[in-house]
Amino acid sequence: MESYGSLETHLRKVRSGGRKILVPYVTAGYSPEWIDTLHHVAAAGADAIEVGIPFSDPIMDGPVIQAASTMALGRGVTPLSLLSELSSESFDVPLVVMTYCNLLFHAGIERFGGWLSEAKVSGTIFPDLPLEESEEWSNYAASKDIDNVMLVSPVTSEERARTIASRSRGFVYGIGLMGVTGVRSTLEESASQIATRLKAVTDRPVLVGIGISNKDQAHTVGSIADGVIVGSALVKLLINGGGPQGAFDFISSLREGLDEIDG
Amino acid sequence: MTVDHEVDLAADFDGKFGPFGGRYVPESLMAALSELEDVFNDATRDPVFMATYREILRSYGGRPSPITKCHNLSRELGVDLYFKREDLNHTGSHKINNVIGQALLTQRMGKSRMIAETGAGQHGVATATAAALLGLKCTVYMGEVDTERQALNVFRMKLLGAEVIAVKSGSRTLKDAINEAMREWVACVEDTHYCIGSAMGPHPYPYMVRQFQRIIGDEAKQQLLDEYQLSPDYVIACVGGGSNAIGTFTAFVDTDSKIVGVEPEGGAAIGRGVLGVIHGMRSQFIQDEFGQLEEAHSISAGLDYPGVGPEHAHLAQSGRATYATVNDQEVLDAFQRCSRSEGIIPALEPAHALAYLFREAGREIPLGSSILLTMSGRGDKDSEQVAKILGYLK
Repeated sequence: MESYGSLETHLRKVRSGGRKILVPYVTAGYSPEWIDTLHHVAAAGADAIEVGIPFSDPIMDGPVIQAASTMALGRGVTPLSLLSELSSESFDVPLVVMTYCNLLFHAGIERFGGWLSEAKVSGTIFPDLPLEESEEWSNYAASKDIDNVMLVSPVTSEERARTIASRSRGFVYGIGLMGVTGVRSTLEESASQIATRLKAVTDRPVLVGIGISNKDQAHTVGSIADGVIVGSALVKLLINGGGPQGAFDFISSLREGLDEIDG
Repeated sequence: MTVDHEVDLAADFDGKFGPFGGRYVPESLMAALSELEDVFNDATRDPVFMATYREILRSYGGRPSPITKCHNLSRELGVDLYFKREDLNHTGSHKINNVIGQALLTQRMGKSRMIAETGAGQHGVATATAAALLGLKCTVYMGEVDTERQALNVFRMKLLGAEVIAVKSGSRTLKDAINEAMREWVACVEDTHYCIGSAMGPHPYPYMVRQFQRIIGDEAKQQLLDEYQLSPDYVIACVGGGSNAIGTFTAFVDTDSKIVGVEPEGGAAIGRGVLGVIHGMRSQFIQDEFGQLEEAHSISAGLDYPGVGPEHAHLAQSGRATYATVNDQEVLDAFQRCSRSEGIIPALEPAHALAYLFREAGREIPLGSSILLTMSGRGDKDSEQVAKILGYLK
């Protein structure tokens, strides 16, 4: 039997408790208050938090997360400085780092893995590290109890989706639409479709992200998937000065939307 | 002169140049890259496709481009210098060789639109041209800084019917134009082909672009043999992403010719870059100590890229080619000297190759050497910028 990392163990427990999984995304270092924001997001009912480490050339990110990354990099933060800040904090929910694979390869997987362990990070997402190139990191990360999460897109074939779901650890990330991260006023049909497709091929927790921006959208997709990831809508609020309390209120409303779903 | 261009362009290839290359893209693009690889292999083994490609390059693009023996510079430098005249192609540079191939592939895939990134604007103009010829829609992403440096090329693209988007993110140059084109491609991959302009990016691009550009070197090798009975001692070309260079070098890697790629000092990805994985490929990039991509700085928008195509990284590592750098002042001097001495106004990009030659003839390059230099584009687009730098225009 497959043994699960602590991230996946936690998410499976949430799911078996009849609760939909909510994973907000916050760009690390967008402002000095970012750590405080993480605590407020956790208190508002997040089940895990995706922490974005800013990269100079984020090809999977739309204007909102690009702007937050630029703000962070403009403050002089580095992957090491951000992860060091995390290491002196403590959270009740798992942290998953999302960034681009050059930061991993530049540091080297052992050094980067060491930084993540120090920061008590239990998962990673690299949107530009496809199945074919992920094995070395996935295996190393697993040995340090870090789950490398992999993504499935609306145009991924059935067979490939199965393979990715079996190699992914922590959860499977269903990409909700063909496009980059960003706030969308209407929910694409592809978000519910990817949830349905993935639920049919895997027992792992299935979370859908990209293009889920509000309570209603979270409710719709969460009715099929095991949960949702919400990034740009939260980050937009943060870079517009919404602050930790604004983040708390927004995540609370998403929590409410998901809790209305009949398990 | 005709080159019997019966090289099998497809040749099964896994996308790895030694430790470089590969395919590092979001999952949403993986299927499109596999499709492109299959269609490229299939098309280049289809005699009808290849005949169409060659015929467009001949009757529309102006191929074969001539070899010019540079009598005046040869005398001045004490060497035997030949230019491969890609500056005489339709649209003014070697870029047309690649875009005609990719535009035909776009049609073959049943897609109706091409997107492209551009630095100096040469690739954007070439893509807009091929789109106009074949009835495809076209959107070109160009860094805002470059739209100012190369305003005339922006107008040319619009005249050709393309939409031009000024990219305002990051350093607002070529690297950011690539990021933005990739983001757009993720959103519209079903009906849109991303026409990458250099031998870079995720597999199959570095290989495919090289195969569409190798006509430069294949022709030149044959022309030098037929017209001058010689095999050059040196083969020199400028390198940004590196498509004119790799298209030239490919014909000579298994000969005795010494091969030299010339990078701008402010964008020397081989000279001062380190291993990285950015823009879909494992190659050499100029980065900070944590792996953030740095901005390139050079007088030439076309070479303002902090990375380099993976095959160049491999040729450098294996020692088969050497890579040198030149500074902006040397390039400006070379731009003027070539114009005065030979009556050929070079683009700022090949002026880098010239600058290296002018500096090293009689030093690194022994007197009496025969030299093939790829004149990859003409300098009309750069005349206004240089005139301002030299104080002729405000």
